[in-house]
Amino acid sequence: MANASIMTNKSVSDVAMPADWRDFVALTKPRVMTLVVFTGLCGLLVAPGHLPLVLAFTAVLCIALGAGAAGALNQWYEADRDAAMKRTAGRPLPAGRMTRQSALHFGVGLSVFSVLLLGLATNVLAAAILAVSILFYVFVYTIWLKPRTAQNIVIGGAAGAFPPLIGWAAVTGDVAPLPIALFAITFFWTPPHFWALALFVRMDYANAGIPMLPVVSGETVTRRQILFYTAIMGAAALAPVLLQLTGVIYGVTALVTTAIFAAMAIQVALRRESDPARMGPEKRLFKYSVLYLFLIYAAVVVDHWVGYGVPSA
Amino acid sequence: MTPEQQQEIQKRQRSRSIVMALVLGAFVILFFAVAWAKIAQGTMH
Repeated sequence: MANASIMTNKSVSDVAMPADWRDFVALTKPRVMTLVVFTGLCGLLVAPGHLPLVLAFTAVLCIALGAGAAGALNQWYEADRDAAMKRTAGRPLPAGRMTRQSALHFGVGLSVFSVLLLGLATNVLAAAILAVSILFYVFVYTIWLKPRTAQNIVIGGAAGAFPPLIGWAAVTGDVAPLPIALFAITFFWTPPHFWALALFVRMDYANAGIPMLPVVSGETVTRRQILFYTAIMGAAALAPVLLQLTGVIYGVTALVTTAIFAAMAIQVALRRESDPARMGPEKRLFKYSVLYLFLIYAAVVVDHWVGYGVPSA
Repeated sequence: MTPEQQQEIQKRQRSRSIVMALVLGAFVILFFAVAWAKIAQGTMH
């Protein structure tokens, strides 16, 4: 397997080798897409009204394709930086398995296709939000903020928070307080999630010249900021209950899961460890943050199905 | 270009063509289903 991989890469450098179809799949960041699809699906499931199954499927597919397109364009732009980071050096572009032009064409084509298809299958608002989310991720986050400011993922986090709005808008044709609350939860969840990761891959970001918070302001500030944004995220997570947009099931789930998140964030904030090999609590917080978002969204859907206080059309 | 490289190129082109055909076929079915659903919904103008 290793020999085959080496031969392939060597061949690519000698001859213009067409990229393998699996590399196009890898370009869409399938793992990141999972969370995006899930949050979009939840937005769609809790929206009042009815969408035929095939249109609902198409809406979720378009959210996935749009996220994949944004991921492809992100990798197109960041190929040089990815090559400098251990975590991303194996991606199709830095590994030399695909040309940048192929990635660009693929990303632009998929973006246009996903937006048009969503517009045709559902409505203009859903398609417009999808278009904004792709443009925001590529231009605002990837090209403008990421290489310039340590606050990159604070503002850029909005790009990943759009899917529940898209899912909701696909059904109703408008936006409402509940999907906006879900947007806020994801938006404020992004900083502690990414900074927990940035703490233990700090050197990777430093080598690539990306001004992530631990690189620019140090670990102590980052740990404090993780706690600060966890507090705001907690408030956002409890807001749907306080605003009576959800019921008891969501309320209890949000309270328990957020309390666990807060306890882990406090532990991380109080630590002074700088050796990545000893950053167990930071790695646990990062992993738990992914589970947290899944649980929060799942709770909204279950709460809706059971019928507690979800707003009617 | 060595025979090995030629073979590798053909292998990749073939697999890409098969995947592309499957994807296009799936989208033909999807577009048909979407059009059908929209007509049934009465929103096709």
